[in-house]
Amino acid sequence: MNITLRVWRQANANAQGAMQTYQLADVSPDMSFLEMLDLLNEKLTVEGIEPVAFDHDCREGICGMCGVVINGSAHGRGSSPVPTTTCQLHMRSFADGATIDIEPWRAGGFPVIKDLVVDRTAFDRIIQAGGYISVNTGAAQDANATPVPKVDADRAFDAATCIGCGACVAACPNGSAMLFTSAKITHLAMLPQGQPERWSRVKSMVAQHDAEGFGGCTNIGECAAVCPKGIPLDTISQLNRDLMHALFKPDGK
Amino acid sequence: MAITGLIMVGFLLMHMYGNLKVFLGAEAFDHYAHWLKGDILYPLIPSGWFIWIFRFVMLAAIVLHIYSAAVLTGRAHRARGTKYVTSKPLQQTYAARTMRWGGVILAGFLVFHLLQFTAQVIKTGWNSGAGPYEMFVVSFEQWWLVLAYALWMVTVCMHVRHGFWSAFATLGANTSATTRKWWNIIAWAVAVILYVGFMIAPVAVLIGGVR
Repeated sequence: MNITLRVWRQANANAQGAMQTYQLADVSPDMSFLEMLDLLNEKLTVEGIEPVAFDHDCREGICGMCGVVINGSAHGRGSSPVPTTTCQLHMRSFADGATIDIEPWRAGGFPVIKDLVVDRTAFDRIIQAGGYISVNTGAAQDANATPVPKVDADRAFDAATCIGCGACVAACPNGSAMLFTSAKITHLAMLPQGQPERWSRVKSMVAQHDAEGFGGCTNIGECAAVCPKGIPLDTISQLNRDLMHALFKPDGK
Repeated sequence: MAITGLIMVGFLLMHMYGNLKVFLGAEAFDHYAHWLKGDILYPLIPSGWFIWIFRFVMLAAIVLHIYSAAVLTGRAHRARGTKYVTSKPLQQTYAARTMRWGGVILAGFLVFHLLQFTAQVIKTGWNSGAGPYEMFVVSFEQWWLVLAYALWMVTVCMHVRHGFWSAFATLGANTSATTRKWWNIIAWAVAVILYVGFMIAPVAVLIGGVR
């Protein structure tokens, strides 16, 4: 396959970025999208051009490290019915001779560090604000000592599959991280272990979300459409329910 | 945003229902219009106060709705100041995408509507002292006013189409993919009912069914 790439190049956080066009030949349809970028970088290195910086790690779709906007859709799902991460997208999804636009996540809370790499530590701070439970250390209790209803366990597991890649923020026209925040809220709110901090958690995580400069949710649904893990939009309603409930709970000392 | 929006959807449904009185003739319509400004809730509150309390509540809802929208828009612009070179929407509806500018446009026409029928500053074909029924009929015998209202109601009903479902989702009522589908069906139904209910009387006047 021969393809034309238009890639966002930006030397550093303060530099002015722009789209650069590169021609890439001999791309195998079996390559993953990131292997195609590796090929591009090898070519650029040989030519003495600075390689394109992009985030990646496991390349198995489970770590949440990779992620770029491909032809306008986060992770490049496009019109495919199958949600995907960037690393699990393959070049057979594109036609020979295609032009592919590659841009970094765009959001106030995700400043560009270099080229396609953005700073997602805002997510870490949202998790630190309340995405944890308090348990005693020492001998673990019996695995099934605390029963969890099947429905609740399923919802918790579904929400817990969030890998924190940030595609929801990248796709949101408001630059909101509500799907990410609500996934953690729903995950912990469904389980008995998450109950002690349930009401303080939702308040502090939403406060941190807003402080990071993310926008507000207007229920458009772009986030859930690009989520590689299929986190459902109704987790945001779960967050809203918990937040409203929490407003009637004391903050304590 | 959700609560003030639902208050206004409730008002629209009542307003639409009230407008249908025009089919019962001049006397019924004028009587209804005068009752609205008359002794509702009397003697609990003094006669004629209800309309002013009602107007205050509606004004408060509108102001708070616009304030919330302005805050959300400001946050969205700060969070998405840099646009994508290429963007491919996967999920958003036209109604959802046009909530902000659509809201501004429909609010602008609302000012005209209030100047026309409430303050009666803009007189579209009637003379001072005309009754509500006369104002209604004289106005909508003019095709361009019917067309203007038809376009205005498109913006209003599109706003309601996304706003109605969105309000319930914000209030936590979106509990599964199935409920989401149903909220969207109900939102469509409310929008279509509002459009048909509001436009049927002006169109009837235009084609001579009501005179």
